[in-house]
Amino acid sequence: MPVWLPLALLLVPVGTLITMLVRVIRGQPSILNRFWPVLAGQGVLMIISGGYLGLVWAPPERDMGDVYRIIYAHVPQVWMALLAMTFNFCCSLLYLFRKNLKTDALAEASAEVGLYFGAVGVTLGAIWARPTWGVFWTWDPRLTSAAVMLVYYAGYLAARRFIDNADSRGTISAVLGVFGITIPVTVYFSVVWMRSLHQTQSTPKTVDPMMVISLRWSATAFLCLLIVFMFHRYRIAMARLKSEVAQPESLPSAMPGVPS
Amino acid sequence: MSRFLRMIFILMGKDLLIEWRTFARTNALIFFSIATLLMFSFALGANIVALRQHAAGYLWMAMLFASVLSLGESFRIEHENNSIDGLRLAPADPRALFVGKALGNTVLLVGLGLVLSPLSIALFDLKMVMSFWSLLAIIGIGAMAISAAGTFYAAVAANARARDVLLPVLLFPVLVPVLIAAVKATTLVFEGDAMDQMPSWLTMLGTLNLVYWSMGFVLFPRIMEDL
Repeated sequence: MPVWLPLALLLVPVGTLITMLVRVIRGQPSILNRFWPVLAGQGVLMIISGGYLGLVWAPPERDMGDVYRIIYAHVPQVWMALLAMTFNFCCSLLYLFRKNLKTDALAEASAEVGLYFGAVGVTLGAIWARPTWGVFWTWDPRLTSAAVMLVYYAGYLAARRFIDNADSRGTISAVLGVFGITIPVTVYFSVVWMRSLHQTQSTPKTVDPMMVISLRWSATAFLCLLIVFMFHRYRIAMARLKSEVAQPESLPSAMPGVPS
Repeated sequence: MSRFLRMIFILMGKDLLIEWRTFARTNALIFFSIATLLMFSFALGANIVALRQHAAGYLWMAMLFASVLSLGESFRIEHENNSIDGLRLAPADPRALFVGKALGNTVLLVGLGLVLSPLSIALFDLKMVMSFWSLLAIIGIGAMAISAAGTFYAAVAANARARDVLLPVLLFPVLVPVLIAAVKATTLVFEGDAMDQMPSWLTMLGTLNLVYWSMGFVLFPRIMEDL
């Protein structure tokens, strides 16, 4: 299989993401309304085939043997978390420049989905750490900063629930999102700035091409899923915002998730 | 520029004057943090070796907990009688308000550190290997970082319903690197700096200060719109 094939498949989700953002800024309806089943299908198919690529096709690692194969889930998930947080930063910045409740809803969606991916990625990392490092958790800079990131974005989502006025909630959470970008940046560069237990980023030059393909394959699969999740979370956020702005008093106060 | 600086000092002076007239906040902070220091030693038991080893950590944890109370209070007094609206109507730059409030909080925190450090030296049987001035410098730089991020997040939390819960939830994750660097640097003051690590920790604290102060400076006007 050629090394560029997963990258070519990556064009679909990345193109979707860029188009979506541009259309949101322009105020046009999202293309995902009709297109999302395609992305979801691509994601599911690529996850299944990626399971075969990662578990069977790719060669075992020199030192860790088969244990390393969790990399095909752990690394893409954390990548997606960092990507979602960066996307959250972009939406927050956009919101500060031009108040638009759609970018606010996108920011909420990206933070929540990113938090999900980050939590799963950190958990998978802990499972991987047990056989290789001998412990589930250690106070390595990478692990610590990742945990801090999860707590911060959980706080971000909590702050959103605690502010009733949609307008000031948008501004405040946008400010929080802009401030928060320092943490994903720290997570990414922590292995470079402070050398400790967690390895630094590998480059395609230092690993087997089959491993590169498998990793990129599963990353593309997770990216498709990330976008689909974010899109659905965005629709929920938009529906909630609309009902809130249109008739705030008609909302039942006991409705789950709606700030009372 | 000089007008901006004057505005900062007027706003800071206002906060400190409110404090000077009652001393309510200072008294509460001092006794709260002393209680925290004692609680740490009760939680660990009467193991003087372990206490001495972690004393810098306790000192900064007490400072951090106290700072959360103090920061929340610094915006609560503005909401009383709606004086925040007066501030907004006065021709004062919101960025000057941020710097003034953060500096006022820094002064309070440094004062608290000056009370707590001799106390913890006595309580945990510490020896000062480096000079008192280096300890004061570390407390000053650390307090500046805590107040900059803290003032920013206290203003954010002041808008929300559960502001007392929200402030630590948002603030503590951001302050983790400050806590690490300040505790390490303070430990070096008490245990000696054989490996010459002090400059790197101070650089880290300085960089964090730069990030927090500039972020707050740029973003604070946006929060003020909604306060």
